[in-house]
Amino acid sequence: MRDSALFDYACRLGDDSLILGQRLSEWCGHAPMLEIDLSLANVGLDLIGQATHFLKLAGEAEGEGRDADALAFHRDVLDYKNCLLVEQPNGDFAQTIARQFLFSNYQELLFRELCASKNVTIAAIAAKAVKEVAYHVRLANEWMVRLGDGTAESRARMIAGLEWVWRFGEELFDVDAVTEALIASGVAVDVRQLKPEWDGRVAKVLAEASLEPPKPRRGAKGGREGHHSEHLGHLLSEMQFLQRAYPGAQW
Amino acid sequence: MVTMTAALKNRVLEILSHVSDPEIPCVSVVDLGIVREVTDDAVVITPTYTGCPATLAIEADIRTALDRAGLSTMKIETTLSPPWSTDWISDAGHEKLRAYGIAPPSRSVAQCPRCGSSHTEELSRFGSTPCKSLHRCLDCREPFDRFKCH
Repeated sequence: MRDSALFDYACRLGDDSLILGQRLSEWCGHAPMLEIDLSLANVGLDLIGQATHFLKLAGEAEGEGRDADALAFHRDVLDYKNCLLVEQPNGDFAQTIARQFLFSNYQELLFRELCASKNVTIAAIAAKAVKEVAYHVRLANEWMVRLGDGTAESRARMIAGLEWVWRFGEELFDVDAVTEALIASGVAVDVRQLKPEWDGRVAKVLAEASLEPPKPRRGAKGGREGHHSEHLGHLLSEMQFLQRAYPGAQW
Repeated sequence: MVTMTAALKNRVLEILSHVSDPEIPCVSVVDLGIVREVTDDAVVITPTYTGCPATLAIEADIRTALDRAGLSTMKIETTLSPPWSTDWISDAGHEKLRAYGIAPPSRSVAQCPRCGSSHTEELSRFGSTPCKSLHRCLDCREPFDRFKCH
């Protein structure tokens, strides 16, 4: 009883959370201050928790006995369906925050709408996670302002960080045939309709941070179809090492 | 299958009331509202925070407690809906947290669990675990954790 559209959609949701959670975990023990270390690790944990729920659902939709761990640790790059934004390297703290700012504001709007999904599991995960994502948004928004409107150094770094991540924003609001069908059946959210609100939120914070929006440029896309940047492979090689070296290992 | 009597349900709840939260051992999984209900053949639990790393440990601890009590046929089921919030923490749970030195969740300003003052400030919204934030009392000057209102 394979539901391949639901499998794809749940993988996209889960992969976004998993990959960004993994990226944030790279900061653990390396952040500029203890509080930031705790914050980023906490956000990472929330995201990995979301991923666990979404990938479990994906495995059930697939109906071939794969659980969340099997999907996380035994898929290769081409089978990952996350957006390109979340796999981008951490760079410096400013680039990490710029990435989080674009993503968390998107995810909060998305989850707010997914609470009404016709798929009860997706609705339950979203209702649970949306309260946590509100924290991520506050953290990212506050740091955007603190760095953008901070010292000459922090401002220059934030401008560069924002410039780096900006091209990956468009993909968040793409709809393809898979989502089109699920939107029609009330399972998925039409993210195109969230774009104006996201634009407004982003513009408001940038204005508060005295930052200019970067110049529009052609968006980088392809993650939803498994066409990734080189960065994802490196991330997976670290994240999946143990299960690849010792398949099925438990402890 | 034997239908579970009220007495047996109470016994299960009593057993679970001795299963501590692995991160905050002063409160039990019942105090925290992690245990949703006891059905005829299962204990239904709900995770607190989506990413709480203690979730698996909690499930394992409940399993051990049930097995020790000879209830190894009871299953553990997980539900996400309605989502857990700090409103599920019992009044007894609030008191135990305060006595342990963690300000219980509240909609108003954090109260110092040591001297009771409301003259406090937030130091970090993200604390030592996903469920806590870090505060400082401006009267007795002690730093303290607060259970995030959620």
